[in-house]
Amino acid sequence: MEDDPGTCPSCGLAVLPEDGFCEACGHALTDAGIAVVVAAGACIGCGAVTIDADGYCEQCGIRQPSGRDHVERELAGVSGVSDKGLRHSKNEDAMAFAVLCLPAERQAIAAVVCDGVSTSPHPEDASQAAADAGLRVLQKELESGADPEPASREALTQAAAAVAALAGSAHDAPACTYVSALVLDGALTLAWVGDSRAYWLPGQGTGIRLTQDDSWAGQMVTLGVLTEAEAQAHRNAHMLVGWLGADADAVDPHVATFTPDAPGLVVVCSDGLWNYLPEPSSITAALPPTDDPLHLARSLVQTALDAGGHDNITVVVIPFTPEDTPA
Amino acid sequence: MSPDPGFSIKIDQNRYLPEGGKEVHAIVTVESAGRATAGPSTATVSVVIIIDTSGSMAGSNKMSAAKKAASAAVDALRDGVGFAVVAGTGNAELIYPHAGLATVNARTRADAHTAIGRLRANGGTAIGAWLKLADQLLSGAEAGIRHAILLTDGQNGESAKTFGKALADCEGRFVCDCRGVGTDWKVEELRRVASTLLGTVDIVAKPNDLTADFQAMIEAAMGKEVADVVLRVWTPQSSTLRFLKQVLPTVEDLTGRRADGGPLAGDYPLGAWGAESRDYHLCVEVPPGAVGREMRAGWAKLVIGGEVVATGNILAEWTDDEALSTRINPHVAHYTGQAELASAIQEGLQARKDGDVEVATARLGRAVKLATESGNEAISALLGKVVDVEDPATGTVRLKKNVDKADEMSLDTRSTKTVRTRKDQG
Repeated sequence: MEDDPGTCPSCGLAVLPEDGFCEACGHALTDAGIAVVVAAGACIGCGAVTIDADGYCEQCGIRQPSGRDHVERELAGVSGVSDKGLRHSKNEDAMAFAVLCLPAERQAIAAVVCDGVSTSPHPEDASQAAADAGLRVLQKELESGADPEPASREALTQAAAAVAALAGSAHDAPACTYVSALVLDGALTLAWVGDSRAYWLPGQGTGIRLTQDDSWAGQMVTLGVLTEAEAQAHRNAHMLVGWLGADADAVDPHVATFTPDAPGLVVVCSDGLWNYLPEPSSITAALPPTDDPLHLARSLVQTALDAGGHDNITVVVIPFTPEDTPA
Repeated sequence: MSPDPGFSIKIDQNRYLPEGGKEVHAIVTVESAGRATAGPSTATVSVVIIIDTSGSMAGSNKMSAAKKAASAAVDALRDGVGFAVVAGTGNAELIYPHAGLATVNARTRADAHTAIGRLRANGGTAIGAWLKLADQLLSGAEAGIRHAILLTDGQNGESAKTFGKALADCEGRFVCDCRGVGTDWKVEELRRVASTLLGTVDIVAKPNDLTADFQAMIEAAMGKEVADVVLRVWTPQSSTLRFLKQVLPTVEDLTGRRADGGPLAGDYPLGAWGAESRDYHLCVEVPPGAVGREMRAGWAKLVIGGEVVATGNILAEWTDDEALSTRINPHVAHYTGQAELASAIQEGLQARKDGDVEVATARLGRAVKLATESGNEAISALLGKVVDVEDPATGTVRLKKNVDKADEMSLDTRSTKTVRTRKDQG
């Protein structure tokens, strides 16, 4: 039987036992040469076609990839890529961004990145709820004339409420981080809780990190107890001290405004990127020679994947031009 | 059938496994909130009261206490419930009504009292025959809650084969709570009946305590709203369900009670339910997956009358993050300890009976340590009557020289009673 050349079930061509795929039509075959039908919706674990509504195979139980495993989105002026990475079963990061047309023909770019806390239940729901609520509220606040800082603070507060509302109880509380970046009138406004970050990378010169982590490491550095390198090397480094969720203490949004004086890039990301590229200079060094934000975001995500892809990776890139500088 | 009284399933586990990890543990909490509307259950209920009237019941005031308790049980039955009273000797005799089941009302209660009052202790003990008569009487009431309470004071006189066959024939037919009065009955025997018939077992050492105990048993039975609740457990292909144990309120291994539940699924009987909560410990062995994979390692479904009323997912996710995979779920740890506690007591008492002081001291010492750690104070108190505790933290104990038979039997009978996880354990 093993020496029998089988035939491809799709096109009928003779196939060899060692063939993984039909040479003619590309249909997947087993290594024994007996063709298997990989139908749309077939299980990634066992090939069965019985995937239930929750996304698990009814035969082998393996969870199937979801639409969030790799997401790319491109708008004029902002692009983002989110990927589940290589070591996690699902993407618990979420991103939301938009180009907002405000009264008096002003234009704003707003982006939110959230990272679900893995040890909480349904972290992927928390991050999505927070990102969606944050962007929605930011837009509403700005449209009704709020200034960038109060608008950013309100968006974060309402995102926190949206995440808290997901909880069945304090012991069953989905949780996530939050960082928003808002480009308006030549200034950049950040709001965050947790350890997702924003960076400023000028076209020339040294970049800076714009956010401080609500993590054990961040706290140690702020207190001056440890250096950044010492703190990040500690096993507690990533332990969050601030997050959105029903089990969090009163949410204390950090809000900051930064006014760049030269063109450059705003990079908003989850720790899946900055674990590998913590320093602004390391991110700058990893950038390919292009101005295309989607290409830049994709390339940074790939760098994190190549380095091990240990966590979910989300990168949003916003090209920035100061108002008084001709583009 | 009464309306679904708000069942829910909650899963407590650490779903993260290390690379190559195969064993998935979860605590499945099944809870029924009880009927939304107040007032008595509308479920059809039938109860058979079985009183041992063997010759040995004549001594120590047992017969008169048993008669009082049976009468109190009849009084505690709700109007409209179907009932019968069986006198057990070397065979089983229906003493009320003349045939089938009577319906509870003022007249039938009075007639039952009269019949109970005429009981005399005389004859042998044939528990299997008693249960078979109860089954016949209850079989006319298949749709509702079928309950028996059985009182005995002695060891069964039937052959192991006859008894085993009778018990097997009754399995799944009705729920039976068992009580042993005095200290001449065999714990193992009644535990087996209660376990097979999904009921409770306890010792009533003093005959005068029987009345209160019977009232409590009937009240608990009257609180049942749904009969024949089934836990259906789906596990993935190429996996093995290592065990399924009830771990609260008592330890009860259900692994061997599996019936076919459809593709890749098994059905386990949970008996009758009122407003209550019970915990189950499930262990599934799955083929190891790659780091980053997630799988549904089990799917628990509560089935009533063929309908799924609640579900819960048991998950497995492989990670190379040791901080995640090495976290011990406090509930799993707690109930693993409670199950070990029950077996340590039973093994310790058996070794004590066999004269193996070394094993008895070691096992009962282990039991003292586990009971102390988990805050199972009832068991700790019972253990304290069988051993002298030198250091509860290390389980250092000495066997007591003189132990009251009733204390030893109480410890044995109640060894499977567990407590919930303490707050400080998670």
